[in-house]
Amino acid sequence: MVPLWLYLAVAAALFSIGMFGVLTRRNAIAILMSIELMLNAVNINLVAFWRYQENPANLSGQVFAIFVFVVAAAEAAVGLALIISIYRNRQSVIAEDVDVMKW
Amino acid sequence: MTVELLVFLILSALTLGGGMLVVTTRNLFHAGLYLMISLFGVAGLFVLLTAPFLGVVQVIVYIGAIAILIMLAIMLSPNITNLPNPFTAQWPVGAALAVIFFVMLITVVTPVMNELGADDWVNSDQLTVDTAGDVPADGIATLGEELVDPHKYMLPFEVASVLLMAAMIGAVLLVHPGKQAEDVIEDVA
Amino acid sequence: MDVNWFNANYLPWLILFFPLLSTAIIMLATNRSVVASQAVAAGGIGLSWVLSLLLFAKTVWTTDKALGQDIFGSQLDWMDIGPYTFRMGVAVDPLTAYMLLMVPLACLMIFIYSIGYMRGDPKNARFFGYLSLFAGGMLTLTVADNLLLLFIGWEVMGFCSYSLIGFWAHKKSAMEAGVKAFMTTRVADVFMLVGIGYLFVMTGTIDGVANPTLNFRDLMYNVLPGSAIDADNPAYEVGDPEAEADAEGEHAADAEESHGDEHAVGTTIVDKLTEVDAPLFGVSAATLIGILLLIGTVGKSAQFPLHTWLPDAMEGPTPVSAMIHAAAMVSAGVYMLVRMFPLLSAGADFHNFDYNTTMILMGTIGAVTAIGASILAVGQNDIKRILAYSTISQLGYMVAALGIGAWVAAAFHLINHAFFKALLFMASGSVIHAMEHGEHHAHEDGHEHAHHEKPDGLIMDYCAPPNNIQRMGGLIHRIPVTAITMAIGGLSLAGFPLITAGFWSKDEIIAEAWHGAGSAPFPAFVLICLLFGALLTAFYTARMWFMTFWGTPRSDAAAYAGLGSLRKQWVVFWNRRAMSKDTKLTQEPITARDRLSANQMEFPLAVLAFLAIFAGFIGIHADLVGKNPLHDFLAPTLLHHPVAIDFDILPMLFSMAIALLGIGGGWLLYGRKPVEKGETDPVEAQLGPQAWSLLQNRLYIDIFYRKYLLGPVEWFVSAEKWALPGEEEKPEDEQIKVSLSDYIDKGIIDDILHWIASVFSNLGEFCKRFNTVVIDGFIDGVVYKIGDFARWFRQTQTGRVQQYLLFVTLALLAIGTLLIIQVR
Repeated sequence: MVPLWLYLAVAAALFSIGMFGVLTRRNAIAILMSIELMLNAVNINLVAFWRYQENPANLSGQVFAIFVFVVAAAEAAVGLALIISIYRNRQSVIAEDVDVMKW
Repeated sequence: MTVELLVFLILSALTLGGGMLVVTTRNLFHAGLYLMISLFGVAGLFVLLTAPFLGVVQVIVYIGAIAILIMLAIMLSPNITNLPNPFTAQWPVGAALAVIFFVMLITVVTPVMNELGADDWVNSDQLTVDTAGDVPADGIATLGEELVDPHKYMLPFEVASVLLMAAMIGAVLLVHPGKQAEDVIEDVA
Repeated sequence: MDVNWFNANYLPWLILFFPLLSTAIIMLATNRSVVASQAVAAGGIGLSWVLSLLLFAKTVWTTDKALGQDIFGSQLDWMDIGPYTFRMGVAVDPLTAYMLLMVPLACLMIFIYSIGYMRGDPKNARFFGYLSLFAGGMLTLTVADNLLLLFIGWEVMGFCSYSLIGFWAHKKSAMEAGVKAFMTTRVADVFMLVGIGYLFVMTGTIDGVANPTLNFRDLMYNVLPGSAIDADNPAYEVGDPEAEADAEGEHAADAEESHGDEHAVGTTIVDKLTEVDAPLFGVSAATLIGILLLIGTVGKSAQFPLHTWLPDAMEGPTPVSAMIHAAAMVSAGVYMLVRMFPLLSAGADFHNFDYNTTMILMGTIGAVTAIGASILAVGQNDIKRILAYSTISQLGYMVAALGIGAWVAAAFHLINHAFFKALLFMASGSVIHAMEHGEHHAHEDGHEHAHHEKPDGLIMDYCAPPNNIQRMGGLIHRIPVTAITMAIGGLSLAGFPLITAGFWSKDEIIAEAWHGAGSAPFPAFVLICLLFGALLTAFYTARMWFMTFWGTPRSDAAAYAGLGSLRKQWVVFWNRRAMSKDTKLTQEPITARDRLSANQMEFPLAVLAFLAIFAGFIGIHADLVGKNPLHDFLAPTLLHHPVAIDFDILPMLFSMAIALLGIGGGWLLYGRKPVEKGETDPVEAQLGPQAWSLLQNRLYIDIFYRKYLLGPVEWFVSAEKWALPGEEEKPEDEQIKVSLSDYIDKGIIDDILHWIASVFSNLGEFCKRFNTVVIDGFIDGVVYKIGDFARWFRQTQTGRVQQYLLFVTLALLAIGTLLIIQVR
């Protein structure tokens, strides 16, 4: 089998890619997509650890991944709704432009 | 090189390459398409990890729902696909941080430091494990049962459904055209 | 999981579930409809009440046999903490059952009352939503089987009290009062949370404890394995009538024996905690935890240093006051102390008058609160504020009772107090309602209608006109049902001998203090405070009642006051004279709706009046009536059964005498010749306006010291017998005589002062120069630099979320690096 650490390495890479996107993309929708990448990286970890434990009959890892799906779906729905309503008000989806919450 | 490793490498390349393109592509619509590729790679990895159910759910929920939702949002909002400059001014810093973070993770979750000669950097026995117990044949059925078992995950499962419901209602309210934010604020005040 | 919801082990879940469900339904679904919301709220608490009664009956039936060895309860896994599992659950033991007898019933009465009281309020649905949540929080706290769940209920109530006290948030004072209540209790809650956390950690360090726990049974009842010297514990074994009689023994010999048993039952976790040193103050862990929990109660139950929020909490609607002061909130604090009594008294041998730090602290706080608050209650004009101080003082009784080890008496008084105080508050609400009504009518009929400026924010001695007892009088003719029920509640509060609930419970506390007073100074101190408090309690209760209901109206509002139910035949018959005097009332149109509201407000009063009398008869001392059912029922709650003290006629006579003395004093001052319009309050006349206003301003001026300490001072400042230095040459009759204080002041001190002043003024001039040039220059420089720095630094707050994320990532990297270094 492929050793566990390879999966972990892929997940780490995907997470870092997502982090880069979140930190640097200007478009809010692109940020949202980057967040999805990060969540997927987490899921890869969860499933990999589940698979490589002594007793895979314990399904906690998979169940957790399912809950991550749920949260991701909810987050996408609310996030997109927020972006659209911000777009309506400000005619912009650039995250930097939304900076009224400061001193 | 076994077939499995080959498949793994292809899927990883899909995942990471897609991800890389998602965060670098100028055209948002293309980024969405690359996101699908990346998510598909992840689904493949799930299947490779003998979690076929999760793989299918990944395809249905992520690619079928979330990515499509994002694509629709992109298409429905004009003039947001092509920004003159897709990156913020802080992108070099962000890139550096992401790289540092990646290096840090790699040193911890892979035996690379041990290979490089560091003594006892991490417990590499557990990371290099390449055999695992057998997955029960009725794993999917068990998963389904455990999700609705009051002794197992029924409560979180139900809570998750409430969460989804709340998110849905919230999303509808947020984009409801009847009330603009200013009106709502006035109403509250 | 097969859950049979009719099994008593699962019933407690339902009890707390229904009010919470009502909240959800009201908030989510029925918030547009007032009637539906009221029905849902009342239905939820009603169901809880029925279930509680069932459970109570079941407990009574069971404890007869099993004596608290078996409790009803069920648990579920809440969360995994490392290798341990934290279990959350409900449990009903005799103490909980006793609380369940009171809480849902009082809540139900308050709900019914609120329907009448809140009629016409635009935010009615929200009010009932909060009220249901409040009830749910209280019930959660009551049936919780561990401290964490108790704390959750505790905090839910904290939030509800905030939102309900500030319910009329358009009034600035209400908003401030809400914030005050929230913040004050929050300060205490933080200490309590620290105590809970510390307790949890400490239980994990004890040998023989598999899981760190907060479960009451595990902490205080279940004997640690291996420590049970007398494992079978025959004295409490089921079905051994002889031994049972021993355990329940009411006589001295038995008391001695069960006392001897104490160490034979084995060691609990709490006992072990006394052997562990706490990191602070050189006390044991048990003491430190006990004190932290005590601080929580001091905040929640409004004890001495943190009592200030409660009188202001009167800004909320009156049913809320009843809720906070009777059924929930403040009771919760005392309930928690009773619950945790083995922890608080760990290491103390209070049967032999050996008290530990926690108990002494508890007793002192309670005693000081009991007497201090009752002194302040004497000087209040706001009817609700009198009751608020009275609540503080009665809670002081309970805390003091716990301080001397009388936890059964404390629980007994807790329940009785809840009944009669809920009654008093709701009666006062109906008085206020009637006064507002009267104000309205007086206005309509063109009478003087003083336009009262609402104060901007909380003002200590402000008293809203409808609440002011100085403006009442003669209301017994207008709202007889309220007057009678309030008299019953007042008598119970004052401890009217033999027939009221308040007498029996208060007497038990006093008897316990008396029992210890001969042997140790601490209970003697408590006893003196409590007796004084009892005297004042009786007095201010009498004052409140006579001022409100007796004599003639002292304002037009009082003359026109009414709830709309006066037309009932029996009332007309009973009060024909008053009716004929006042034709206005008979012409007043009363709608069916008005009458319904009045009935909704008066029905709970009647029910609670019944309980305010009869709830006390279950706890009469065994030597008087042969058996003390309450004591026998509650005793098995704790591992170490309480020892019933011998009956002593002296303290009972004493407390009778004191109650009668207080009521008699009130009658003499206010009842025999009622206060007329424009007349000064007799107490005010006695004390003088300064002391009066100090009381009204709630300053801690001990009025009883006034005569003896302030008398000489008064002579010192006011007897004008001394001539000033310049006047001495003049003839005797032309000299301007001043008082000794003025003489010393103007003649002697001034001269010295003038000289000193000139020295200092020169010195000051020098300092001023020094100051402006050197110090100011320095300080200003620092300040400007800080300002510059702040202006520069705030540029990091760009409002851009990605930049913030960058910082978060940096922090993440730093933490990650630290972790790697640490693991290496």
